[in-house]
Amino acid sequence: MIIHREYPVQAGDYITAGEASADIKRNLKQLGVSGKVLKCVSVASYEVELNLVIHSLGGVLMLDVDSDRVVLESKDIGPGIPDIDLAMREGYSTANEEARNQGFGAGMGLPNMKRNADTFSIASSPAGTCITMGFNLKEQ
Amino acid sequence: MDINTRYHSVRLDKGRCKGCTNCLLHCPTEAIRVRNGRAHIIDNKCIDCGECIRICDYHAKVAVTDSLETIHGFKYAVALPAPSLYGQFRNLKDPAYVIWALRQIGFDDVFEVARGADIVTRAIHEKLRDPMLPRPLISSACPAVVRLIQVRFPDLIPHIVDVRQPMEVAAHLARIEFCKKKGCEPDDVGVFFITPCPAKMTAVRSPIGQQKSDVDGAISMLEIYGKLRSLVSRKQADEESRPSATAWGVGWAQSSGEATAVCPENSLAVDGIHNCIRVLEEIENNKLNDLVFFEGNACTGGCVGGPLTFENNFVAKNTIRKLSDELREKNSVHPVNSVPANLMSRIPLYNDAPIAENPALSLDDDMEVAMQKMERMNKIAASLPGYDCGSCGSPTCRSFAEDIVQGYCGEMDCIHKLREQLKIMAQQMVDLAQTRRE
Repeated sequence: MIIHREYPVQAGDYITAGEASADIKRNLKQLGVSGKVLKCVSVASYEVELNLVIHSLGGVLMLDVDSDRVVLESKDIGPGIPDIDLAMREGYSTANEEARNQGFGAGMGLPNMKRNADTFSIASSPAGTCITMGFNLKEQ
Repeated sequence: MDINTRYHSVRLDKGRCKGCTNCLLHCPTEAIRVRNGRAHIIDNKCIDCGECIRICDYHAKVAVTDSLETIHGFKYAVALPAPSLYGQFRNLKDPAYVIWALRQIGFDDVFEVARGADIVTRAIHEKLRDPMLPRPLISSACPAVVRLIQVRFPDLIPHIVDVRQPMEVAAHLARIEFCKKKGCEPDDVGVFFITPCPAKMTAVRSPIGQQKSDVDGAISMLEIYGKLRSLVSRKQADEESRPSATAWGVGWAQSSGEATAVCPENSLAVDGIHNCIRVLEEIENNKLNDLVFFEGNACTGGCVGGPLTFENNFVAKNTIRKLSDELREKNSVHPVNSVPANLMSRIPLYNDAPIAENPALSLDDDMEVAMQKMERMNKIAASLPGYDCGSCGSPTCRSFAEDIVQGYCGEMDCIHKLREQLKIMAQQMVDLAQTRRE
């Protein structure tokens, strides 16, 4: 069985920012996902959701859970990441003034996601960015 | 001890319960249901924070504590006053008056928990120097917050500092010192915590992070307040009543007292259980990883706001602040420098049992079954009005859907659904009546 959830995320909407990842966390807790994995998914889902709010033109966050894995997928409609290698570097950020004023934009979003996920893939073009992260529920 | 059958100090007085929704809507772990016109507390979800005791207008929620009589079950009795007890006596200038008063009501000796707090201050201060520990480290002092983490934030358990509560450190040392003084056996001595809250009472009976509590019982501040009040107002003290805790130890009675004692440079103190939840969510998202120490207190104002205190919590907080200031003027040596190093190695300061996750939120032990339940739950939740009115006896529409899936109630327990159903049925009856006439 697979649990599937979709959360549309609006660009620049700081009022609802964080609600998708909060719901993801609640779902996982109800499914009995344990501490360590929960923490990793919490951090990664919050980062990826905030990335959609801060950097994208809007998109959707998707959650898929089966008994072996949690998969988070983020798809947006642009503007794309020109240099992924640069964006993967710790401390590099393109966040604008507004986001930085809210305490975001420390430039650790992508590397932080990669560190917390067991599998991480990213593809980007001006038409949009797609990030997929996998988290193993069972010890490998 | 099994988490599902563990001891609870917070109980329901069935005769007083009106079956209203006050406690239901206020419980931070959604541990209360109203069924058949009476509230019920779900054992494995309740964290004994005492919010329901505070909110209930009918005093139907009570805290079970040990009575003062129980101290006679021991040859000797030592009182462990929580520092918040000092806040109960307006404009108290000297803790000695309280210590003296406690000895007048039947205790053979008194050991200030604020002294335990001094020792714990030094122990946590040392822990904070370990760069391998997660940030922020979370205080272990408020048992309601620790149990909240076990239920709602299991992923934050590794953040909880593994130093024992001041009450436990004080109890251990109190027994050693008393036996030395009197030349008696440890079993002859009963050590009793004077508690501001049910959470500590529960922590004595079913300790967290510790195999067994060193405390023999907990007596409610409210029970002895009346007796102490007139004695304290006499402002009497003798040689044996001399207090020795520092201003910092006494400061633990109020919110931010601990945080400023262990890490004034970079700590955050939050009081009120619902506020704690909001900040723990931020910690869960890694948003506060630049913070070194987090102190959370379930009660507003810290321990001075406990459900078993008498004085208004803001007034009590002010009393503690003034008392701390005065103590600091007399002795400005911080406990990190005044607590002897050899004492630190002589007594047990750290947890000897793991803090377990409490899976009370999970829908089923079997994840496949949990998934099926979750999908059914979502379908039901989508059909509910979303008012979160509590009329069905569950705190929110979502928890109602969960209760249906778990088999505790039926969809027609929702009065809004019932009304809709009645409307349909009424229409059907009208239709039926009309068909017959034709």
